Amino acid sequence: MSRPGRDDSPDRLYTLTGGRAHATPDSPFDLVTLVVAECDPTTGMQSEHAAILRLTRLPTAVVELAAELKLPVSITKILLGDLLAAGRVSARHPRKAAVPDPDVLEQVLVGLRNL
Amino acid sequence: MDSATSEAAVEAAARTPLGATADNGLKIVVVGGFGVGKTTLVRSVSEIRPLNTEETMTQAGEHIDDISEVRGKTATTVAFDFGRITLDARNVLYLFGAPGQERFWFLWDRLFSGTLGAVVLVDTRRIDDSWYAIDRLEHHGTPFIVACNDFGGPTYAPSRIRDALDLDPQVPLVDCDARSRASGKQVLITLVEHVRNTYAPQASLREQELTR
Ligand SMILES: Nc1nc2c(ncn2[C@@H]2O[C@H](COP(=O)(O)OP(=O)(O)OP(=O)(O)O)[C@@H](O)[C@H]2O)c(=O)[nH]1
Ligand SMILES: [Mg+2]
Repeated sequence: MSRPGRDDSPDRLYTLTGGRAHATPDSPFDLVTLVVAECDPTTGMQSEHAAILRLTRLPTAVVELAAELKLPVSITKILLGDLLAAGRVSARHPRKAAVPDPDVLEQVLVGLRNL
Repeated sequence: MDSATSEAAVEAAARTPLGATADNGLKIVVVGGFGVGKTTLVRSVSEIRPLNTEETMTQAGEHIDDISEVRGKTATTVAFDFGRITLDARNVLYLFGAPGQERFWFLWDRLFSGTLGAVVLVDTRRIDDSWYAIDRLEHHGTPFIVACNDFGGPTYAPSRIRDALDLDPQVPLVDCDARSRASGKQVLITLVEHVRNTYAPQASLREQELTR
């Protein structure tokens, strides 16, 4: 299995993101944030942006997008940040809390037992 | 069918998309030494073929804008694999197989921050390989269980394994066969029950405060 990003020169990744090598620390995206397209890809759109919009017709996690696009997660987050800022995708972030919600833990257990 | 639609159809067929109502991603991490069966466990329980991706992490936690720094020593690329379990219409669980190489482990608590808990997979023939993972999890306060993966080696009494790992009596210790879906499922259930028990006092305290 070829790992994403391996064959990509840093220069290609650099160009892809307009010189931003890393998602800023305050990137709103988590590995498991679910991303949903709010519009269709248009002609002339950056091909990675168009690919993201096709992949997110149904909710898709950031980490799955990175794997499908064969791009490092950090680069994927930058591309997603652009689309989010333009209103082209929406983001369903994990419900973060210092202590996990007991109701969610129960739902996880029910889901696992039903496997 | 025009080319755009057929392209989309091919993509949809190759992937198993989530339902439209999915809105809460959850994480569980599988850690352990090199070759203990982390990827095998993820594959056994995942509804998708495990995928592989990588993240570039900066070591001191600072963020870097300058590509020259990415080429330098400050960035480490961490590859990991993951699988997915749809729990219900809203919740979807992602299982991450952490990299086996120890030199990456100082990064994984940041990489997998917000995880519900961790499974430490142990090969009883190489128990020492798990010390580091357990140490990191205790340090980080992440709830975890220990699962001994059956490689056909000698079986030890649980008490001996607990001693060898210097395991807190609260931490569940189970046997598993990472190749078996039923066994992998039981490992995950044991972990989530442990997570629930770990947080139960805090959760009920919070409830009391809310109702006061
Ligand atoms: N006998 C036996 N073999 C297993 C079991 N689980 C995994 N294996 C085998 O052990 C080898 C390593 O398993 P992996 O799942 O790749 O281990 P890993 O922890 O992901 O390895 P790294 O990512 O390289 O650290 C593979 O050949 C598996 O088929 C098990 O429960 N019993
Ligand atoms: Mg592996």
